[in-house]
Amino acid sequence: MADFKTPELTGAVTTPKITPGASRHIKQFIAKPELMEKVGFPPQKASDWKEQFIRKMGEVLKKYKSVKVFLDICVRCGACTDKCHYYLGTGDPRNMPVYRQELMRTVYRKYFTTGGKLFGGLAAAREISDELLDEWWVYFYQCSECRRCSVYCPYGIDTAEITMAAREIMDSIGMGSKYNLEIVHKAETIGNNLGMNPDALKSTWEFVEEEIEEKTGVRAKLPVDVEGADVLLATPSADFFAEPHIYSLEGYAKVFHQAGISWTLSTHASEGGNFGMFIGNYNHMKTINKRIWDAARDLKVKRVIAGECGHAWRAMYAFSNTLNGPFDFLQHKSPQHICEFTLDLIKKGALKLDKSANDEFTVTYHDSCNVARASSMGNTPGDQFTIPRELINAVCNKFVEMDPNTTGERTFCCGGGGGVLTDEVVEIRVKGAMPRMQEYKKIKDSHGANFFALICAICKAQFTKVFPYYGIEMEEVGGVHQLISNALVMGAKEGV
Amino acid sequence: MNGLGNVFNLLAYAAAAVFILGFLYKVIVYFKTPSPLNIPTTPGPKTSGGVVMRLIPEILFFRSLLKGGAAEKILWFGGWVFHVCFLLIVLRHLRYFTYPVPGFVMSFQQIGIWAGLIFPLALLILIVRRFTNDRLATISLFADYFVLLLIIGIGLTGILLKYFMRTSLVEVKAFILGLVTFSPAPMPDSTMFTIHFLLVLVLLVYFPFSKLMHAWGVLVAPTRAQADNPREVRHMTPWA
Repeated sequence: MADFKTPELTGAVTTPKITPGASRHIKQFIAKPELMEKVGFPPQKASDWKEQFIRKMGEVLKKYKSVKVFLDICVRCGACTDKCHYYLGTGDPRNMPVYRQELMRTVYRKYFTTGGKLFGGLAAAREISDELLDEWWVYFYQCSECRRCSVYCPYGIDTAEITMAAREIMDSIGMGSKYNLEIVHKAETIGNNLGMNPDALKSTWEFVEEEIEEKTGVRAKLPVDVEGADVLLATPSADFFAEPHIYSLEGYAKVFHQAGISWTLSTHASEGGNFGMFIGNYNHMKTINKRIWDAARDLKVKRVIAGECGHAWRAMYAFSNTLNGPFDFLQHKSPQHICEFTLDLIKKGALKLDKSANDEFTVTYHDSCNVARASSMGNTPGDQFTIPRELINAVCNKFVEMDPNTTGERTFCCGGGGGVLTDEVVEIRVKGAMPRMQEYKKIKDSHGANFFALICAICKAQFTKVFPYYGIEMEEVGGVHQLISNALVMGAKEGV
Repeated sequence: MNGLGNVFNLLAYAAAAVFILGFLYKVIVYFKTPSPLNIPTTPGPKTSGGVVMRLIPEILFFRSLLKGGAAEKILWFGGWVFHVCFLLIVLRHLRYFTYPVPGFVMSFQQIGIWAGLIFPLALLILIVRRFTNDRLATISLFADYFVLLLIIGIGLTGILLKYFMRTSLVEVKAFILGLVTFSPAPMPDSTMFTIHFLLVLVLLVYFPFSKLMHAWGVLVAPTRAQADNPREVRHMTPWA
């Protein structure tokens, strides 16, 4: 499985030559029939799968303006061709956004356009076939739905929309991703992506409390299912056990404790993430999101706060109001991001911080794609870039920026987002991380950066996996609230 | 009126009808297809006024293309010059469609002629880049070359008509005005004009069924045309 060459770290991102089929062999596992049925999809491909496929595609075209318009209007100008991290990392032409989309566009022409129906191959129209479906399977799971291509497109064509539609179509004919659907199923039935039951959650959270007490001498509580708490925290379940995620969880708990704010976790809604988004399925996204709102209603909280997670934040910021709103029972009618919340507390002087606690670190910040290009924070466009940086600067003395062509809205994806974070495709993850790794290498060499801060659970998991391939210690990856946690002086309360 | 004139008149009406109805059909389909979710590419404007301000530089200056590297700078140059020239040429051609010719159309005559000369060069950039760059060569389809060659053909026949194979402007104007006023006049006796004219009709018919619909799509693509306001407004999904 790991039989591939990790790209060399040179500190420069160069556009590779076209190498057809370079990543054609990298495939996610197909979900077994039992799993497919559990999440409400056909168990496997039926004999009439082609008809189902075209019927579903027609339905998607009627339901999503994005898909319809994007399939029509791309002029193949090529501006996106060297913007995808998977293309930069593999050289496989199918990882050029426009050429990935071409897999769908060619079928669209055949069945849904006059030119394709009349002129067939001359109009680049192809019938759906087993071979073409296999290409769909490979390359629509080599897109992390990061939207970087969309930034450079003259019409804002967003490959993420096409990828989500493609996955939805494949699911509907009985061809689903084992990794993504297992997570959807666990989130819907147990309440979190990891499938931890309430008892396991409680003991994990208790363990975190003990850790905090051991390190600081203060027992900052991680309250569970507390009715009437002010805040419900919905954070990715990776925060409950994975490193470095758990250090940010300690950070959240310490912030709430020091600010004297009553908060709670929920065993029912023990997940901020929403893999329904990755597979482009509206109903699954809604079902998963609903757990958070049911918990908020049941626990009678005043506001919902999202932990450090990119796509969870997109689901909560941009989609939840549509899916399950309106949330007029909350005092704060829309979810807030933990970074907005903490920065507000710092500005009010509610937290005592000792920056020198982070003096061993020269910190750089990686904008995560769903925060950068698919959601916002604060009040002004672009606050999603300034707020995390203000936080870092409030708790660290040494902060350096990577190349501006690779931060902010132009940030590179980690290579594991959008439902690609699974081990059978580690090759595409390692190669897809290459552009970001080059930039990190560059800032390490030029400015001695040794802490790679971010606010996304998937980025954290991806980079801790991938850093060692590039010869960098995985401990250099960490959350913004991990840095806050280090600097937060526990004990004497300053009060809000 | 000769018989051939009638054929060309009919073709022109048919092409205009296909263009107008086809374009309108696409506009209506795009309008009626819902956007279930709020998906602006962020950072984006929070109000519809902001959306207008976001779209204007995209339309007038292809702003997003300018974010790219060297290849996109060349594309930007070729593409922008081509579109501006196209506009100027169309404005210049209004003199054949109007009587009396409005003053503003007259003021575009000289610049329109220059635009006509630059036009094929800009298109040349756009076509050459398609086979000199390995990524572009991979993604380019027959349709991409077809439309570039078609428009180059229109441009070159126009230049030939203007400088080398002149035809009677009186006849041309009578023919076009005849079309516009629904009182058909004979086709000018000029092969070059006939070719020029037919190529334009092909472009009109081709337009609504092709990628040329980006002309409208740029206005309605939800990633740019939506305001980033999910906190303020509950974005509704009609079908859910």
